[in-house]
Amino acid sequence: MIARLLQGVPRRALALLVVLLAVMVGAPFFANDYLLTILILVLYFAYVGQCWNIMMGFAGQLSLGHALYVGLGAYTSAALYVHFGIAPWLGLPVAILVAASAGAFIGFLAFRFRVSGVYFAILTIAFCEFARIGFDHFRWVGGSGGFFLPVTNYTQSDLWNLRGKPVMFYYVILALTLGALLACHLLLRSRMGFFWQAIREDEVAARALGINTFRYKMYAVIISAGMTSVAGVFFAFYYNNLFPEQVFHISRSIEIILAPIIGGIGTLFGPLLGALLLTGIAEGIWELMNALGFNPPGAKQVFYGICLLAVIMLLPNGVWPSLSRALGLDKRTDKEP
Amino acid sequence: MPLEVYLNVAVSGLLTGLVYGLMALGLSVIFGVVRVVNFAHGEMMTIAMYLAVVLFAQFKLDPLLMMLPIAALLFCLGYAMQIGIINPFINRPEHMQFILLVAVAIIMVNGLLIVFGPDAQSVQTSYSYDSFALGPLIVDATKLYAGIAAIVTALALFGFFRFTTIGTAIRACADNYTGALVVGLDVKRLYALTFGIGSACVGAAGAMLVLLIDVTPALGPAFTLLAFIIVIVGGLGSMPGALLGGVLIGMTEAMAGLLFSPSAKSMFAFAILVLVLLFRPQGIMGKKPS
Repeated sequence: MIARLLQGVPRRALALLVVLLAVMVGAPFFANDYLLTILILVLYFAYVGQCWNIMMGFAGQLSLGHALYVGLGAYTSAALYVHFGIAPWLGLPVAILVAASAGAFIGFLAFRFRVSGVYFAILTIAFCEFARIGFDHFRWVGGSGGFFLPVTNYTQSDLWNLRGKPVMFYYVILALTLGALLACHLLLRSRMGFFWQAIREDEVAARALGINTFRYKMYAVIISAGMTSVAGVFFAFYYNNLFPEQVFHISRSIEIILAPIIGGIGTLFGPLLGALLLTGIAEGIWELMNALGFNPPGAKQVFYGICLLAVIMLLPNGVWPSLSRALGLDKRTDKEP
Repeated sequence: MPLEVYLNVAVSGLLTGLVYGLMALGLSVIFGVVRVVNFAHGEMMTIAMYLAVVLFAQFKLDPLLMMLPIAALLFCLGYAMQIGIINPFINRPEHMQFILLVAVAIIMVNGLLIVFGPDAQSVQTSYSYDSFALGPLIVDATKLYAGIAAIVTALALFGFFRFTTIGTAIRACADNYTGALVVGLDVKRLYALTFGIGSACVGAAGAMLVLLIDVTPALGPAFTLLAFIIVIVGGLGSMPGALLGGVLIGMTEAMAGLLFSPSAKSMFAFAILVLVLLFRPQGIMGKKPS
């Protein structure tokens, strides 16, 4: 099993992977709470970026409404917890089911009616906006006034109910990110993964080869949506408050796509690298500007925009492909798309 | 409710819709020729709106009079954008163009946030509260002026594309990129010109819209979406379609605001978008893709 997993991974990459893993697992022992919250943010964006990457990077379907699946996962699990006392781990399957169904619905409409490219992207935005306005009027989960999870000062971490200190959340999101990395690694090498890549490169040719493009695009949306909703559950229990205007806002969807684009669309380590770079540099700039006493709202987003602009103009395949080549890690895995 | 109320709301929606239509016309022109979807469209319009607000606050210049100068400024912005960053992306995959403009949009909207802050700003002209009574109809003067200005601008644009040499050359680029290159047209420059013209439409629409609604930086993404909805409903690349779509969406929003809650009104616009995408993906006035 492990041998099969590691097949074709260059030795140097393996060594680096082990070091990376050790650093990430050991981080809470030397990081303070501030650094830990930043690392949680990095891993969160790495995770959702990885999920989005399945749709865009693997199967070539540009979704600009992934906040929808985060929001559905968050609201479902939070509502089950607040209204019925159902623990998040039990609410998780329900959340996945809800988000995957939403994904399946959007995918079905879009792919059945041959909505593709930019039109598809706009359709995904439309549904996310739909949800935003819908949840604004959904009184059962607080409407536009927001939905809150009960919070107290925790001395102990309760993993079952996801109530506790940042350290616990750190390990949860770390496990999720590693799980997603592994899942994507397996998906990319599976039969389905190759079909996706064929569709991404040339859908007409893929269909001509006998690939049921409708079915495999559906799988991509459903898997991506389901996995994204898990991040929503995490989001709800980590932040403890949900506002439709924030959760479903289009800027959330755009935040999700930044990390994988900057890291490298369609690569396994792109989302993680992109999240690390973006969040790291953004926090650095924020600190610097705070120290200088000039920190208007929006400065961080302008920086995001400039990063995105620079990467898309100068390194259209993202940072990871060139970095991995420089490090000599691109033997057989992580070929650029 | 009496019938007059519905009529009044419909007319007000129609006039607002014309301004929306003019904004969407810019998007449609850009897409129809350059084949790039301008994801920063609404953000460019907020820039125009803030220009109008600043000109009014500082120099007491009426937004309707400032329409042409603002349109000219936006033309320069659009021209520079196309020359500087979009032209190298002409032959790149669709999603990369999209992401490029998303980046531009993020910078614009947050740049405005830094400069002007998050609070809504408005323009109060001397005729802000004037209205005309036409039988049972009461029409806001500002909306009427804005609607008429939108129609005039749109007509001027139709004329430009139909009767001038440059307009014809631009249409040639839209019809056949390679053919236009072969006959020796400077396609890159014409593209920049087109992007500038599209941006000028947005500039004019922004100057009018400032009379109708307050401006905040957050309007940018919302208007980008609105422009997309209108253009897709009307038919991407079709100029009359954009105006028609604008009127349709404007009236739908006005009616939905009257019959349901005003905060739910954009839901109806999205519902129309989804229906059009599914059942007539080329849009109401669009040509079927060959």
